[in-house]
Amino acid sequence: MSEASLGTAFISLLRRDLMLAYRHRAQMLNPLLFFVIVVSLFPLGLDPDPDLLRTIAPGVIWVAALLAAMLSLDSMFRSDFDDGSLEQLLLTPHPLPLLVLAKIVAHWLISGLPLLVLAPVLGMLLNLGSESLFPLLATLALGTPVLSLIGSIGVALTVGLRGGGVLLSLLILPLFIPVLIFAANAVGNAGAGMDITGQLAFLGSLLALAFALAPLATAAALRISLN
Amino acid sequence: MSIIPNWLYQLSSPKNFYRFAGIASNWCGWIALFLLVVGLYYGLVNSPPDYQQGDSARIMYIHVPAAWMSMFVYMVMAGSAAVGMIWRIKASSAFANASAPVGAMFTALALATGMLWGKPMWGTYWVWDARLTSELILLFLYLGYMALQSAIDDRDTAARATAILALVGMVNITIIHYSVEWWNTLHQGATVTKLDKPSIHLSMLIPLLVMAMAFKFYYLSNALRRARCELLERERDKLWVRELVGENNSE
Repeated sequence: MSEASLGTAFISLLRRDLMLAYRHRAQMLNPLLFFVIVVSLFPLGLDPDPDLLRTIAPGVIWVAALLAAMLSLDSMFRSDFDDGSLEQLLLTPHPLPLLVLAKIVAHWLISGLPLLVLAPVLGMLLNLGSESLFPLLATLALGTPVLSLIGSIGVALTVGLRGGGVLLSLLILPLFIPVLIFAANAVGNAGAGMDITGQLAFLGSLLALAFALAPLATAAALRISLN
Repeated sequence: MSIIPNWLYQLSSPKNFYRFAGIASNWCGWIALFLLVVGLYYGLVNSPPDYQQGDSARIMYIHVPAAWMSMFVYMVMAGSAAVGMIWRIKASSAFANASAPVGAMFTALALATGMLWGKPMWGTYWVWDARLTSELILLFLYLGYMALQSAIDDRDTAARATAILALVGMVNITIIHYSVEWWNTLHQGATVTKLDKPSIHLSMLIPLLVMAMAFKFYYLSNALRRARCELLERERDKLWVRELVGENNSE
């Protein structure tokens, strides 16, 4: 068998992960359901006052997005680790960071992109004004890939461990905080009619930084975990 | 010929590091004690009260060095962990792991003293100010580091995994450091590091710096001692540890 090119390997890995997710549609939907349920709990727990909801909406939606990302992250390498295909991945002649990037992209397409579709609906439920909807989508579009990228490092570090799920949240949630701050702040400011270019630029630079460094760290972490 | 000096190379072996750390830890401990007594005397007794804050400002002599140390220890920890991972130097990894609890303690101390100071000054124990929040995040980072370390049974794997986590956290430290400038908030800006003209009087600056040095030596003493313990545990099957234990038993 001739050696596949890097591009082919990247695409086929991406395809495989998407295919696997498609075959387990119900599992893929669970974090999204979780996202919706968590957001809808807040009006019940607080007060259905429209003004209050509008104020807390950016933060609530973003915290729920972080938690949903945490839930879906755990499965990023888990099944591959259990059936041994992760070890095969490490043995391929292709650079591991790029293969890892394919898995991260797949994870974002499965778990991050649907949040973008759901978020406007939830925004309306929480009485978020129409001027905030575009900033909400923009921050989610820039922020959720960062969650997948940073999260992959934590998953790679905890993949073989007992009780890895709880540990994962302890390791990764603090690293998500800058994204949360800038994103929620941008949406809130947009609602107040202020300029949000700064926050968006910041989210963009966080994304660029994570995109450049996270796959390298994840690959190194995977090699350690599977040692 | 290696680019690493010979003495450093020899020091990196667990056996030599163990002996060196024993001596250095004692010396650093005594220096820390001396500086602590001097610094506390000058800070609490011999320096003037602040013209606005009165005697409450004296908590600064604990709070500010602890906050400096919380950042400093994390950087030393990450650097040491990286050296340990890259060159597989066990002593370096052990020192990184030993730094984590000390750093977490300094962070908790900075938070606690900050809250005690905040009550009379700001009227509240806690505000969600950028610097307070980032100090809290730093505490979470330390706790996560320690949690990962204790979750992995094999010590060599644990050392390398935590090294990656520490390096990833370093990026966050940078964001923490600049957060003060990005968010214009309640916490007062730095008053010592303005090189041209510090806005703190010399009679307060000197005890502050003495206390900072005392904390540094305390950290070195404590972390070296912990690193010794960790090395003994890690190397318990090696000949030098057996000889060492045998020596002590036969005495």
